[in-house]
Amino acid sequence: MSAGGIVPQRTFQEAARATLANAQMRRNLQHATTTIREKRLRAVAELPDWEDLRIQGAAIKDHVMANLGDYLLDLEAAVKARGGHVHWARDALEAREIVAGIASSHGAREVIKVKSITTDEIELNGGLAERGIHAIETDLAELIVQLSEDLPSHILVPAIHRNRAEIRDLFRRKLGAELLTDEPKQLAEAARLYLREKFLTTKVAVSGANFAVAETGTICVVESEGNGRMCVTLPEVLVSVMGIEKVLPTWQDMAVYLQLLPRSSTAERMNPYTSFWSGVTPGDGPQEFHLILLDNGRTDVLADEVGRQTLRCIRCSACLNVCPVYERAGGHAYGSVYPGPIGAILTPQLLHLENKNANTLPWASSLCGACYDACPVKINIPEVLLYLRGKITEDRPLSAEDTLFKTAAWVMSEPHRFEGAIKLARTGQGPLVKQGAIHALPGMLGGWTDTRDLPAFPPQTFREWWRGRPAPAMRGTEGNAQASEGQPLAPQREERSI
Amino acid sequence: MTIDLFITCLNDALFPRTGEATVKLLERLGHEVRFNERQTCCGQMHFNSGYQDDALRLVRHFVETFRDAEAVVAPSGSCVGMVRDLYPRAAEWAGDEELLAEVNALTPRVFELSEFLVRYLGVEDVGAYYPHRVTYHQTCHAMRVLRVGDAPLRLLKNVRGLRLVELPAVEQCCGFGGTFSVKNPETSTAMLADKVQNVLSTKAEACTAGDNSCLMHIGGGLSRLQAGTRTVHLAEILASTEGEVFA
Amino acid sequence: MSAESRLDILTRINRARAREAQPFVRVPVRPSTRPHGDVVEQFAEYAAEYRANVVRVDAGGLPGAIRDALAARGSERVVIPPDLPTAWLPAHLPVTGDQPGTTDLTAFQAVVTGCAAAVAESGTVVLDHGPGQGRRALTLVPDHHVCVVWEAQVVDGVPEAVARLAESVRAGRPLTWISGPSATSDIELSRVEGVHGPRALDILIVGD
Repeated sequence: MSAGGIVPQRTFQEAARATLANAQMRRNLQHATTTIREKRLRAVAELPDWEDLRIQGAAIKDHVMANLGDYLLDLEAAVKARGGHVHWARDALEAREIVAGIASSHGAREVIKVKSITTDEIELNGGLAERGIHAIETDLAELIVQLSEDLPSHILVPAIHRNRAEIRDLFRRKLGAELLTDEPKQLAEAARLYLREKFLTTKVAVSGANFAVAETGTICVVESEGNGRMCVTLPEVLVSVMGIEKVLPTWQDMAVYLQLLPRSSTAERMNPYTSFWSGVTPGDGPQEFHLILLDNGRTDVLADEVGRQTLRCIRCSACLNVCPVYERAGGHAYGSVYPGPIGAILTPQLLHLENKNANTLPWASSLCGACYDACPVKINIPEVLLYLRGKITEDRPLSAEDTLFKTAAWVMSEPHRFEGAIKLARTGQGPLVKQGAIHALPGMLGGWTDTRDLPAFPPQTFREWWRGRPAPAMRGTEGNAQASEGQPLAPQREERSI
Repeated sequence: MTIDLFITCLNDALFPRTGEATVKLLERLGHEVRFNERQTCCGQMHFNSGYQDDALRLVRHFVETFRDAEAVVAPSGSCVGMVRDLYPRAAEWAGDEELLAEVNALTPRVFELSEFLVRYLGVEDVGAYYPHRVTYHQTCHAMRVLRVGDAPLRLLKNVRGLRLVELPAVEQCCGFGGTFSVKNPETSTAMLADKVQNVLSTKAEACTAGDNSCLMHIGGGLSRLQAGTRTVHLAEILASTEGEVFA
Repeated sequence: MSAESRLDILTRINRARAREAQPFVRVPVRPSTRPHGDVVEQFAEYAAEYRANVVRVDAGGLPGAIRDALAARGSERVVIPPDLPTAWLPAHLPVTGDQPGTTDLTAFQAVVTGCAAAVAESGTVVLDHGPGQGRRALTLVPDHHVCVVWEAQVVDGVPEAVARLAESVRAGRPLTWISGPSATSDIELSRVEGVHGPRALDILIVGD
């Protein structure tokens, strides 16, 4: 089975319908996002220099982007000096082949995996399966997703859309677990029993990397359950796949992200376990280590001056949890392993703005700005959304919508045309208006009036009212509030329609 | 002082009472209000929908219209957000250094009504009277782009007769988002449904905000439900006095 | 393939011409301004909030505290790093010194170790797997981890901890940061302790 990829199969609007129509899933999502939102605010408030940390978090990443080649070469040299191997993969296919080649060279039929969105991005599990290698997800949520042949719906909590009863049924069916209740504690225990044996017997493990320190060749994996520690410690061979943007210059830079990441993602002061390793440690952990540096569209994002900030992302998922669109439409609507606001800007860019479905993602936002406020590395997501909307609109063939907007701009750029258009609309709206409001519009605009009324154009515009006012000398506007209170206003012709 | 009113195209065409209220309010506070009839639209709809070239035409038009203003005040957080936050982007992305310089010279003089009253004029009690139970919806752009903070609440708390009821989940977007409501109507509607439920839970007679675009959306939902709760722009509450009920 | 890919990626990066908007300045570590006693107190409080069992003892009380911690969870088969100071342990406690490569860690219920540093701001203990801490698997496989923290090892914030551990990292040592027992919130975001790592974490803070 394949877990993910980044190519949406449908438009956002089409894909969102499934979740919007699923009351259970919407309740799960709302509960989860509301809980974690409130918790995050408390975790962030504890650090008095949070805003400074965000600025540092952004600045370090921008500095990395400006010197990416140098830092990658430093990282490569440091990892090699500590006995590790470094591979470079231009795209998903190359990365999959490298992992499969390493596994095959050890005769492995099974590999264990730490939750890694990057390996989901390259559809590693499916790629390995084609070569007869079974990848076992060891993160509880990823295991749930894998066993149910589902797709992850959240960066941090991939099974956020599933509730306990669904998970109990799944474990009974797939793991043969004898589960008496659907208590999360029992469910976690069932997963523990199933996976413990895998951890102790599997030879090859695959992980992602949250950070990599160029200076020391140190890789970092941040987690909660201990499955990460198991994978990076117990097997003989470890392969870590990381996007090239994850590199940091120095060890001290880790301090910034070890403060920003846990508080932004799980809203904790610190996640239960963080592992760091540099190449191979004699007598401790895997004695063969491979680091795969993955491009897969990232250098194109890097080349775009506005889009580049997307590469600061540390995959915390704070933007998902505060996003009102994500909360309603769910992670699957984004059709990619990168859901939510960050997915709406990252997915289309990784696909070079050439995928029609991915190109609907920048419109999957009301531009409320909550994501930008929450982002620990200050990615101005609304700005990038607008920028991408512009690029996508510019590049596509002219549509009826384009003509409408272009005409509107021409009309709006001259007041007399604007006024003329309102007069025209006022006359034209006649048949649509019932009791002062519009209840049904034709065509594309029908999406609005399916559930909402629109106000009708009132008989007089503001500028018509303004022209009809008495001259200033006759109004006696100079003076205090009391003096002018009794002044009559221009007669009002009609009540507002809403 | 002399204040140039930027009424916004939406208010001009659909909500003229909000403009009238703004004029009345500012004049009551002793200021001279001007309305430059050359003004049209800030270009936000175009910019946000991907028509950035077309938006640029409107950006230039705005800059030409208000270049010499002492202060430009608009009863819309969203449109002022466009001017202050996105005009520089529009100029940068177009690579127009000259326009960028003009935009940067103008934008510090462009204000949303409530922040202008509280922060710039230092007025919190505008002498208004509005004897109703009211809940306040914080619009996204006023809150997150302009950072107006509690300015609207300070003004509302000083309105005589007004009972202010807190809106649950006040920080959540109503789901309008301009073209978002048309391009993704189902998701937009799901957001609106929660907002409308929250408004109704306050049992307020009126829901107010500093932006008629959001109010048009919330009001459109309330009107469809025939819920009885109405939407009123903040300016209309602030313009109301015992002598004259404005909204 | 990899050499060609490497060159290709590096070329694309150069061609992207990403430039910094402003010169980059690293902010120095903010020093702690609190009395050390308060720092230790907060570490104890925060570690306990993450469901570690925290006990404060003086040096003389350490062996007794270790005995009590093991007894409280019925841990009888105990493994230790071979270089754990024997003075820490109660007399006559049967323990096995870990021999990497030969010791079967699944045979043990508990492990007793020291640490390299502890962080008050986050309730974290950090192992650099140096003296008295053992290889990484040692504190992972047994279900009960008793960790000894000396008061002098506790620092206030994460940046100080990172600074203190720089030498270990440069020496190529792995690090394990531990904040409470293993936990998951994957099912309806309700927290469950003890998934794959040790289900119980005892932190014994020893006064100087």
